[in-house]
Amino acid sequence: MPPSDTSRRISRRSLLKAGIAGTGALLLTRWLYTSTTPPSLAPMSPGALDAPARAVIAAIAPVMLAGALPAQDRVLLQELVAGVDQAIAGLPPQVRKEIGELFALLSFTPTRVLVAGIWSPWPQTSAAAIGAFLDRWRDSRLALLRSAYGALHQLIFAAWYGNSRAWPAIGYAGPPSLGIG
Amino acid sequence: MTVAIMRQAPLPDPFRAGVAGGWNVIDASRLNADLALEADVAIVGTGAGGGIAAEILSEAGLNVVMIEEGPLATSSDFHMLEREAYPQLYQESAARKTRDKAINILQGRCVGGGTTVNWTSSFRTPATTLAHWARAFGLTGFTEADLDPWFERLERRLNITAWEVAPNENNDILRRGAQALGIPVATIRRNVKGCWNIGYCGVGCPTNAKQSMLVTAIPAALSKGATLLTRTRAGTFEHARGNVSALHCVGLGRRGTDPGAHRIVVRARTFIAAGGAIGTPALLLRSLAPDPEGILGKRTFLHPTVVCAALMPHRVDGYAGAPQSVYSDHFLDSLPVDGPIGYKIEAPPLHPVLVATTLAGDGAAHARWMRELPQMQVLIALLRDGFHPESDGGTVSLQRDGTPWLDYPLNAYFWEGARRALATMAEIQFAAGATTVMPVHNSGASYASWTEARAGIAGLPLKPLALSVVSAHVMGGCPLGSDAKHAVADADGRHHHLDNLYVFDGSLFPTSIGANPQLSIYGIVARMASALAQRLVPV
Repeated sequence: MPPSDTSRRISRRSLLKAGIAGTGALLLTRWLYTSTTPPSLAPMSPGALDAPARAVIAAIAPVMLAGALPAQDRVLLQELVAGVDQAIAGLPPQVRKEIGELFALLSFTPTRVLVAGIWSPWPQTSAAAIGAFLDRWRDSRLALLRSAYGALHQLIFAAWYGNSRAWPAIGYAGPPSLGIG
Repeated sequence: MTVAIMRQAPLPDPFRAGVAGGWNVIDASRLNADLALEADVAIVGTGAGGGIAAEILSEAGLNVVMIEEGPLATSSDFHMLEREAYPQLYQESAARKTRDKAINILQGRCVGGGTTVNWTSSFRTPATTLAHWARAFGLTGFTEADLDPWFERLERRLNITAWEVAPNENNDILRRGAQALGIPVATIRRNVKGCWNIGYCGVGCPTNAKQSMLVTAIPAALSKGATLLTRTRAGTFEHARGNVSALHCVGLGRRGTDPGAHRIVVRARTFIAAGGAIGTPALLLRSLAPDPEGILGKRTFLHPTVVCAALMPHRVDGYAGAPQSVYSDHFLDSLPVDGPIGYKIEAPPLHPVLVATTLAGDGAAHARWMRELPQMQVLIALLRDGFHPESDGGTVSLQRDGTPWLDYPLNAYFWEGARRALATMAEIQFAAGATTVMPVHNSGASYASWTEARAGIAGLPLKPLALSVVSAHVMGGCPLGSDAKHAVADADGRHHHLDNLYVFDGSLFPTSIGANPQLSIYGIVARMASALAQRLVPV
């Protein structure tokens, strides 16, 4: 199976299996999705997460990191988004492409609504709604949505806890000094 | 950070000194033109198999070229930081996944391969595994008596000895909990020399104490005039009439993730595939190597591993000290090898990114566990796959861009063992005094007593991407055996259909090992490479 169709498979399968909509809506979504290719569907070039994808991360991360990332700290949030961007840039092209498709699906309005169940643009979506979205994907009956949750989980937690600013709160002093004398 | 101090008193970096002294090391991401090389032997991969083979063949006087996809990073580059090490030293930034994303695979991708980033645990191939190979696959010449001299030789070479220092608390909890339950444990042997016991083996040893291929065999080969190509992706073998004539490679771009502009062709008399149990089958698949029985890439094994976290009433500091020093084989040894799936119990290092990305869930619950990091204790159970008809592992195939993926379905046979393993780990943790135990599962369920845990784990819904499953060991896919109907390579590692091509890595194993595999690879490849050296350089 061509591996490039991940996000289309997400929308198609979840629509079919979850029975959110009838065939008409399915066809409409697929048509919309394939005929108005959103900008971030193109394979992501290293270190160039586009603005819609960054907005998705900036909205999801504070919810995923509730209790860890200091709320309202825009600088830390920007560092985190940059960290995710950098992490994605270090992945092989095929994986970058899949992740690009995931963010395209999350930022493209019809799929954002139908697959993620997020009705307003990400920056206007409440923490509670984002939390409910994360719960739905994490506990979904569809392995594909659970894997999409897993990708967000891994990217965001790696970016945060790889940053030494996250360490004081978890009692980790950082690597030992190897200095001699 | 301590960078300033380290600059004032730098630790020796013998590899950098060797490069400065004229070793032949070529970073293919810096090429300005295509490159053609000739050699007696071309080796793809510089991990446990490729490294040992390079040393033995160089010392036999052969002209060796090593081809490594990852970068050259040496002790001066190892700053004990996960954010640097995972993208630099691991396949897919330590986030390589099986096709359905249900298993996260830690696999090295750097000079020294997995040996540069492993946790130094060294086990000879278990006798039960060798006996099963003889019985189930008719493998001859792989008994303990056959292999022990090779294990002894490599144990001397790599300073593999019992770890005499007291285990760190994360490992000692395994020892205490198991002993309280009457479960036998033993001390892990480690390939270290002058180890500082700091605990950062997994992100590259900053003191060169770990006797990885980066510190031992590869420098030995380079000292004998071998050439090392880094950031060089092996593409295909060119072959005709049962003989390989060339290896076609591409240099990677500066970031080391994408193919770059320049091609490299290596012509040699003999070729060795040692790219690990995902890379080697993929290389042979891309090369359209003869595979009349359709066995190439099948039966790939992972020791799929499940994880159980606990909170202790005292500090554990699981990020400090030798990461692995205590293990129990009780749940391998007390079961028939081809019965219900058995498992090895070990403890992992607990660095922030590894813990945070492995722990399930998010938000306040995840943050609460992370805040307890100093008191956290974690056990892992490595399930022994490949010994039962219902455990036939995974399949390596090629994606459209030619890169490999591994399809590894997790079935009822596996889940039954995973559930038993979670219960075992929880019981050990409570027996050692844990106040809370949490199997790493999306439900986030945690338990305050063994009674609670036993009932809870019995009812946990186990399925892919709900229970965390990880792996640090890739094995199989090019099984060895004398019968070409069932094996890709013969007992010497020689490909059954390509006369001058050898497979010298963990992909040779017909099952998983049932133990951390580095010493199995060292010993078995050392024997094969020594035999090859004798054939190529008759005394």
